[in-house]
Amino acid sequence: MRPSTHRQSETKAMPIERGKRILMRGNEVVAQAAMDAGCRAFFGYPITPQNQIPDYMARHMPEVGGVFLQAESEVSAINMVYGAAAAGVRVMTASSSPGISLKQEGISYIAEAELPCVIVNIMRGGSGLGNIAPSQADYFQSVKGGGHGDYRTLVLAPWSVQELYDLTREAFDLADRYRGPVLVVGDALLGQMMEPVVLAEEVVDPSSLPAKPWATTGARGRPHNVINSLYINPPDLAASNMRLQERYQEAARREVRFEGEHLEDAKIAVVAYGTAARVAAGAIKEARAEGVQVGLFRPITLFPFPSTQLAEVADKVDTILVVELSAGQMVEDVRLAVEGRAEVRFMGKCGGVVFTPAELVEAMTSLAREGH
Amino acid sequence: MATGERQVVFSRPESLAPVRMHYCPGCTHGIIHRLVAEMLDEFDLVERAVGIAPVGCAVFAYDYFNCDMIEAAHGRAPAVATGVKRVRPDLFVFSYQGDGDLASIGMAETIHAAARGENITVVFVNNAVYGMTGGQMAPTTLLGQVTSTTPFGRDAKTAGHPIRMCELLATLDGPAYLARVTVTSPRRVREAKRALRRAFEAQERGLGFALLEVLSTCPTRWGMPPEKALSWVEDEMTTQYPIKEFVCAEELRGDKAEGDS
Ligand SMILES: Cc1ncc(C[n+]2csc(CCOP(=O)(O)OP(=O)(O)O)c2C)c(N)n1
Ligand code: SF4
Repeated sequence: MRPSTHRQSETKAMPIERGKRILMRGNEVVAQAAMDAGCRAFFGYPITPQNQIPDYMARHMPEVGGVFLQAESEVSAINMVYGAAAAGVRVMTASSSPGISLKQEGISYIAEAELPCVIVNIMRGGSGLGNIAPSQADYFQSVKGGGHGDYRTLVLAPWSVQELYDLTREAFDLADRYRGPVLVVGDALLGQMMEPVVLAEEVVDPSSLPAKPWATTGARGRPHNVINSLYINPPDLAASNMRLQERYQEAARREVRFEGEHLEDAKIAVVAYGTAARVAAGAIKEARAEGVQVGLFRPITLFPFPSTQLAEVADKVDTILVVELSAGQMVEDVRLAVEGRAEVRFMGKCGGVVFTPAELVEAMTSLAREGH
Repeated sequence: MATGERQVVFSRPESLAPVRMHYCPGCTHGIIHRLVAEMLDEFDLVERAVGIAPVGCAVFAYDYFNCDMIEAAHGRAPAVATGVKRVRPDLFVFSYQGDGDLASIGMAETIHAAARGENITVVFVNNAVYGMTGGQMAPTTLLGQVTSTTPFGRDAKTAGHPIRMCELLATLDGPAYLARVTVTSPRRVREAKRALRRAFEAQERGLGFALLEVLSTCPTRWGMPPEKALSWVEDEMTTQYPIKEFVCAEELRGDKAEGDS
């Protein structure tokens, strides 16, 4: 077929400045972070509110000699990720909630086949087609495995554009270290907002990364490699499952991340991540100005969940207030961690509705009034 | 040659692992495997090839070829092959897929890999049935054919019509090579080998998507003795699925691709 004469975009690639504060959109920062981490392949399918990630990749991946491909569906995209990861390349896909649902079979295969890759979910309101507003309703899907079988994915939950950069980069190291898929979860707000960010001066040269002797790159001078998740003999599959479980336990020992604010004197600890934590932090400042002794516990790794650390906080406070952009998902993990050490209250907004700081201040002050 | 001196005239291809295959007696998956291995040998690819195994009776193909292998999810082999080939264009990437895998659950992956002219080689084994799961209807099941899910014969009114993949893909601009062959007789096998050579050559020359459809037997799920299964391919399948070259890039005509086996 003859190529059409559609106009070419005139926009010139602007060199980004590193090592100083610049203004960038969350989604674009995710894409840049991946390339800075040595990611050289991106496969995706359009879905709002993450479209700036593939757009940015399409424009900039060729500059670093990488591969960008718009797949025919999220199902294909994740299977292209499977192939590229099997060939030993740092690879990423990004999507939003409905698209991430479609990827689940592939993620399960990738996990059992022990392939490193990074998957970004810029969450939107669900269920079903839902809407394109900010949401955290994919918490269960993210941290409990998501697809079929006995696997988990490490889950990182940034709350700022800077953290989108730092954690997306780190996700690639974690994926290689634990040989599995790592999820970075943001939401429509984080992906769309523009904020100052400092991009690191050093970027990863993929050729400097440790070799992957298990990769399928041609059986030259070694026996053939097989990337597989089929273990027809149950004890073999059990052994593979358990190998994954050991890795998760190691990750729980080494990789748990969280942040605390104003917890020293707190009687109320708000537990929130991502955008919800962002709104809560502002509200906490206001409530403290009104004399409420309230602090913030912010999980940064959602899996492994900072359970031990949260239990320690629970020992010191009267009430834990879980604030989520969902009908109540992380609150279950909080209850498991707290094990009755403190009263756990839940405050959620779902369907893409976001809290106003005033609503949260009101919740905190009324909790304080209740005598907690 | 001195009289009495012995010479090896026939042996297992080096790319084919010396293990026992799990295929049923009379199943032609084994012949097709051998042809693929002969091509891997002929093009000296065993150190540079990555094969993608399907979900279906050929799922264990990763144990049978000596090259690097990836086991894909049901139907997703062309997407997995795309992932490998795009990041490592220097590798030779092939998939080996059944009709359920390629023409039903993996239809989107197949058509789009073909439309993109993805530089991969697909070996498509069409046995008109789901072998692995117990003989259910496949997208290529013939009208009137009895399967476990069309117990009264496939009726177009309720179960739709068979899909001719080569004909479908031939409408696209991406494929460099598309052909249908079978392996029901020594002559057919030789023709199949010639076609497979072109399907390999297409990728080696960077011409684009190549797919070879091989009409194959499933005596077990067809409920036929092996010999009868072979004649069923010739008598019934080839009328619905004509043996033919559908697309052959100019560059593949003549020279090496023309050579006999
Ligand atoms: C997602 C998914 N759906 C269904 C199956 C079950 N399944 C395994 S093989 C197969 C059909 C295989 O038929 P075909 O591709 O024609 O290959 P054959 O076994 O005939 O060689 C099905 C449906 C599966 N493994 N995964
Ligand atoms: S079930 Fe059919 S396709 Fe599968 S191995 Fe047996 S004969 Fe071959």
